Amino acid sequence: MTQLALVIDLNVCVGCHACVTSCKEWNTSGWAGPLTDYNPYEGSPRGTFFNRVQTFEVGTFPNTETIHFPKSCLHCEEPPCVPVCPTGASYKRPDNGVVLVDYDKCIGCKYCSWACPYGARELDEQQKVMKKCTLCIDRITDESLPERERKPACVLACPTNARLFGDIHDPDSEVSVAIRERGGYQLMPEWGTKPANHYLPRRKTQLHIRPDELTRVDNPWRKEDITPYTGEESIDDVAWAAI
Amino acid sequence: MHPALSVILLTTAIGAGQGLFLAMITGQLYAIAHFLPVQEGQFYAFGSLLALAFLLAGLGASFFHLGHPERAWRAIAMWRTSWLSREVIVLPLVMILALAYGSAHAFGWTRPLFQIGESLQVDLSLLLGIAGTIATLALFVCTAMIYAAVRFLQEWHTPLTVSNFLFLGTASGFMLAAAYSAYLGNPLVTFYGTWSVILTLVGFISRFLHLRRNDRLKPKSTLQTAIGIRHTQIVQKAQGATGGSFNTGEFFHGQNPRLVYALRYLYLTLIFPIPVLLIGLSYVITSPRLPILAFGIQFLGLMVERWAFFAEARHPQNLYYQSVA
Repeated sequence: MTQLALVIDLNVCVGCHACVTSCKEWNTSGWAGPLTDYNPYEGSPRGTFFNRVQTFEVGTFPNTETIHFPKSCLHCEEPPCVPVCPTGASYKRPDNGVVLVDYDKCIGCKYCSWACPYGARELDEQQKVMKKCTLCIDRITDESLPERERKPACVLACPTNARLFGDIHDPDSEVSVAIRERGGYQLMPEWGTKPANHYLPRRKTQLHIRPDELTRVDNPWRKEDITPYTGEESIDDVAWAAI
Repeated sequence: MHPALSVILLTTAIGAGQGLFLAMITGQLYAIAHFLPVQEGQFYAFGSLLALAFLLAGLGASFFHLGHPERAWRAIAMWRTSWLSREVIVLPLVMILALAYGSAHAFGWTRPLFQIGESLQVDLSLLLGIAGTIATLALFVCTAMIYAAVRFLQEWHTPLTVSNFLFLGTASGFMLAAAYSAYLGNPLVTFYGTWSVILTLVGFISRFLHLRRNDRLKPKSTLQTAIGIRHTQIVQKAQGATGGSFNTGEFFHGQNPRLVYALRYLYLTLIFPIPVLLIGLSYVITSPRLPILAFGIQFLGLMVERWAFFAEARHPQNLYYQSVA
């Protein structure tokens, strides 16, 4: 069985919000109707988004790290929002595992949003129905699009390739390999919701330099000893210092 | 959680309505067992009508909670998995049974249909009463399980939520029955008053245990598990929205936590000691007004209690909105 999902690499996300704006653009102009905005140009704008980027600072100054944290529906394999829906408007597609809302059946009771520990669902204030990330179901299932464009808008927009998209049940897919080999993890695993979306952790980038790597063994100046070396700094003083 | 007025009214009004309906049936059962004098049919009929009015008021309030009330009928679909769906089915059933039970008494459909044993004459009103009792108890369970079944809201995810709804609802309904009897000048006011005091005290034990449990509750999720970063020092710098969102409204009560704590003493006083004292006093001075006052004060207290029930629940999604939390 297929389970489509996003894998978000926190190590390379720069928090540019390109995924947020491309998501909003694609989904507000699509078949599902607008993602309503209220006071978009006023002091307190509100609106429906499927995807938001939050920012956290970890550690104590000066040893801090900034984490940009894109947050959208995780398309859980055990979605707690689906069984609580009284109308069946909330459902999980059996063919690809995407959790969706049928806007024509939703009565706007908000019960599914209570039953989601991640706060992934938002009630559209104008249409009065519950909305959430669809993984751009209208793109990824549209066979008239060329294969490389059959991906969610956020994935196509990400400038740092922090968002990977694929089938996490296929062990050889790009996302499965990323989860397996780069420490992919799930959010709030303690609830047993089995989120399909995974996050790749931040990694420390460290450069290990051995002392002998600092010395240029075949330094022609040293070999011929033509340097007018008088103790001042030179461009090659690393090599000289190691002697 | 943000306490919605519609849901507060729904749960308190149907609780009182269900309790009153149960009180009418209990009165009839006691009369059959010769513990109480048999009442006129009108007594049960108007009592059931009053219960129906409370149930209707609750149902009406619930529509204000919905974004699309015109589609509410669709909510009967998922009764296999959703407690909300089950409530939507059982609530009209209780209303129909209350109407039928009241009608059976109003129109005198009390000719015995058959006999069990030596003396138990089974008539239509008794059958409807038994069905009504089962449906009413089922409705208490459905309503409470809507909250108790959400495992992420640990404050709600306990059998004590169900016992609270059951005992506080029946206490309020029997108090209403006492008020109704007092208004009519019916001597059953003592019977209903006594039961309402017993149920109120049981309700107090249940709510007290619930509060004590919640005070000791350790949240299962932390900011660390929410974003998957193992570090003790995490500060949120941006929440992903300039002017708030659905997430910053629906899951926060928006009041000072000290107010929520202070309200605890208010509702505990309004629901438990004051109505009990008023009922006791009404025995002494045989006042027809005090039971009505007792019901009114307790109902007000239950509305505050329901507000606090929502406000006390901390949703794990709030971890993603640290500056609101």
